[in-house]
Amino acid sequence: MLSIYITSFIVGGLICVIGQLMMDVGKLTPAHTLCTLVVAGSILDGFGLYEPLIDFAGTGATIPITSFGNALTHGALAEAEKHGIIGVLTGMFEVTSSGISAAIVFGFIASFLFKSKRTI
Amino acid sequence: MDEKKYQQLEQQLTPKPAYLKNCLAAFITGGFVCLIGQFVALFYITFFDFTERTASNPTVATMIFFAMLLTGFGVYKKFAQFAGAGSAVPITGFGNAVVSSAIEHRSEGYVLGVGGNMFKLAGSVILYGVFSAFAVALIKSILVALGVISW
Repeated sequence: MLSIYITSFIVGGLICVIGQLMMDVGKLTPAHTLCTLVVAGSILDGFGLYEPLIDFAGTGATIPITSFGNALTHGALAEAEKHGIIGVLTGMFEVTSSGISAAIVFGFIASFLFKSKRTI
Repeated sequence: MDEKKYQQLEQQLTPKPAYLKNCLAAFITGGFVCLIGQFVALFYITFFDFTERTASNPTVATMIFFAMLLTGFGVYKKFAQFAGAGSAVPITGFGNAVVSSAIEHRSEGYVLGVGGNMFKLAGSVILYGVFSAFAVALIKSILVALGVISW
């Protein structure tokens, strides 16, 4: 029970270190780094490697942006398994909907609540 | 000064990033964000009807809510300056990108400003996520249909 908190911290931290190295050593912009990580997450799920990581690290694997690519691929694959190749399109947002809908809803609410002061 | 000499000089003068310090900051802050997420997940598992697996959806939404508050009060920017990738890579960084673009562009109106610019920064993440997921799932479906691999 306690070990999931430790693995979550370590795995989540390590994914961020990979991102930091891509920015510092690879000289990528943050946007390029995030896109690369998302693509990496979806490729890992294609090989069935991301789910074991979630079992091992809990939110350490689901909070980093790599899980966004994983969730998209996972929904597409699950639906493709049921309905054939058309499921690739219809199932894509099945799993990951909460991240995008939360971002849209809270982003819109924030635009009512807060005044601009260079928040990026 | 010719071009080669200029490049050499530029390389000498550009400060080297503090690799170790940056990585340590990213590790600790990124790990800490995930640890908070684990406690949020525990909250959903204990008080609502979620399992370890399904708890990740409401957890992600809650973390984006936290990111909205921190972004709105201008705290996330300061956190990001210290944390580097530790603030950008977790889903809170995605939330920060959406929320901050929405706030920044409010002066241009709610439809063209907020609506049109909300995904200015985060849109590329969605595009590459969706397209790579499409490609991976399509390739895997075709391979399964051909009998090369199984689900």
